[in-house]
Amino acid sequence: MTIALATPATGDLLDRFRRRRLAALAVPAAILAYLAYAFVAFDVAGLAGRARLDNAAIFLSDFVSHKVHVTRDNRTGTLTTAIEGEARGTYPAGSHPDWVTTDGTVTTVDLGDGHVVTYDDTGARYVVPGYGTIDIRPGEGGLQLTAPLPLPDWISTSANRIGVTTGHGRFTYTRSKVETFRYFPGWEMFFFTLDSPFYGKGAGELAALALWGDRVDPAQANLPHMLRDFWTNRMWRHGDVAWAIFETVLMAFLGTMGGGLIALPMAFLAARNINPLGPLRFALRRVFDFVRGVDALIWTIVLARAFGPGPMTGALAILITDIGSFGKTFSEAVENLDEKQVEGVRSTGANGVQRLRFGVLPQVVPVLLSQLLYALESNTRGATVVGAIVGGGIGLMLTQAIQTQKDWEEVAYYMVLIVLMVMAMDSLSGWLRRKLIKGG
Amino acid sequence: MVDIAFGPEPGQRPDAGARHAAYLELTRRKRLYGGLILILFVALMASGFVLADDRNAGGFWNGLPMLTAFPAEVLSEAWAERSRIPGLMAGHLPALIETLNIALVSTLLATLMATVLALLSTRGLARWPRLTMPFRRLMDAMRAVPEIVIALVLIFILGGGPVPAVIAITLHTTGALGKLFSEVAENADLKPVEGLTSTGASWGQKMWLGVIPQVAPNWLSYALLRLEINVRASAILGFVGSGGIGHDLKLAMQWGMGSYAKVVAIFLLLFVTIVAIDQLSDRARHRLVKGK
Repeated sequence: MTIALATPATGDLLDRFRRRRLAALAVPAAILAYLAYAFVAFDVAGLAGRARLDNAAIFLSDFVSHKVHVTRDNRTGTLTTAIEGEARGTYPAGSHPDWVTTDGTVTTVDLGDGHVVTYDDTGARYVVPGYGTIDIRPGEGGLQLTAPLPLPDWISTSANRIGVTTGHGRFTYTRSKVETFRYFPGWEMFFFTLDSPFYGKGAGELAALALWGDRVDPAQANLPHMLRDFWTNRMWRHGDVAWAIFETVLMAFLGTMGGGLIALPMAFLAARNINPLGPLRFALRRVFDFVRGVDALIWTIVLARAFGPGPMTGALAILITDIGSFGKTFSEAVENLDEKQVEGVRSTGANGVQRLRFGVLPQVVPVLLSQLLYALESNTRGATVVGAIVGGGIGLMLTQAIQTQKDWEEVAYYMVLIVLMVMAMDSLSGWLRRKLIKGG
Repeated sequence: MVDIAFGPEPGQRPDAGARHAAYLELTRRKRLYGGLILILFVALMASGFVLADDRNAGGFWNGLPMLTAFPAEVLSEAWAERSRIPGLMAGHLPALIETLNIALVSTLLATLMATVLALLSTRGLARWPRLTMPFRRLMDAMRAVPEIVIALVLIFILGGGPVPAVIAITLHTTGALGKLFSEVAENADLKPVEGLTSTGASWGQKMWLGVIPQVAPNWLSYALLRLEINVRASAILGFVGSGGIGHDLKLAMQWGMGSYAKVVAIFLLLFVTIVAIDQLSDRARHRLVKGK
């Protein structure tokens, strides 16, 4: 290259560089400006005020631990111990865990590390090591609190309610009842509920019982008994959850495969190199556009009105949505196929159907199959959402558990299961893809 | 193929005349397997259909004639009040803009995060080669969590509004885009990176100047595809719990009779928006990938 030739080009080049540098600055600036606008429009600054950090704390502690309520009704004097305060988790009358002792009038709740709560006739006491004794007596004008002064901020007082929160538990005294919560790590009664004879036994003990121990219930062997107690666990409903997961996968499978089956012939008719009729192609394309444009949300609502809640409705919603997307991608795949193979088959004197079977199908089937399997995985995730709207599968159980706003351990359980389900479907569809397409 | 048909041992090798028979045998077996898979598939579909139908509140065959009843009811009421629809559509524009903003912000944030994660988890480009696997697993986990799960939990903690939806969609999209981005980056030409290494460029400079210009068209195309998906997801999340046009639609639906003109107005807004975004992004992606 000579200098004479390069000089004008250099000026041009520098100019282009300058313009590029400007564009390189403009794009991040535009993005930043937009994000700043969104920051204001979404009121992110006000979020701090609205955020419920106490809810977050409840959520996180429920995630990893559970609490046991020891409650005395101050009017009748009856004492109940209940896991998570639920009827399903209440200890039978008169029986308590070993850290609660009672002789009828005086009840001692041992929270560990020297933290002891005592309920008696005159009121209740909480001994906090390193601080002193918090003594509460109901009086004429309200509750009377005696505790070392100054009062720390973990003791909250009002005329009718006194609450103490320590790292070992929570204690609440009101006129009607006195309640102590003790926290334990893990999810409560995950395997067996209180009414099962297997509750509270360790893994080794259970294995021994299952393999050679005496029958707990003479009418049946231990292992099936155990499995049944686990499967019908009233707190966690493992059987129902398994069904719900299965329903969700079923929705995704029926929807994806059904959608693929219906979209396949339509896609062929919408492909330029198969169907010479322009108006029909145009009409089919608009059908695909319409189906995709209406969106899964609307389809789901309309279908739920006709078919009621359940997995069939969810499957149909996925099916209809997929007809739109498959119709588009399949017909693109068919249009992109290599004409040479079809020519070769034609040269042997094959008719139209034979050309389709031996010239077109072998080329497009791997592409379509791979798209179908990708969709199967993403539809499993979609089926969770669709299930939440139409009322079926694990999506429904999840939204129900969230709406109660207290069974967060169940929400955590469902979340883990959903993630595992999606990951399993992901690897299954990947494995099938390799087997069917590359393995031949 | 021929090797398989003849078998390995010389003594058992069929004579050349049997070649035809061997080929037919192979084809027959292939057909048999194909047929078996097909039968299995059909059986699965049929039993799945029956099972799903069983567990549905209303049966498929009973519901089929009802399919058009609800849309007909909605449309006839809306038609009677058709003069109100343009006004209603204008009234719901802010909600639509919120839905679009949720989708756009989360796609933008996710694209930025996915860029970093994808580069960190691509073999040959990673900043810390030993950490590629953990970064990949992280993206897998983000991808596997459905948006609705995160959104509903965050609504409990952060209260309603668009922020829970943005976080939920961003997390999921980051995982999804990160995987696609890293697949593209794996095929990038490493020569520019080597050239930059020889000049003593830092990792960030190598990525920004050597890799990003190569992959940008494909990445942008994927991000646009994701934007289409996220507009829908944002509408659905609104319906299940957060703000935006989905929430308006839910309220109008709950009202039932008397607010069907509103339902149709919202539906039209959503439909036009989705079709427009699909068309625009389709065109943009064509230009990006196939050149101008």
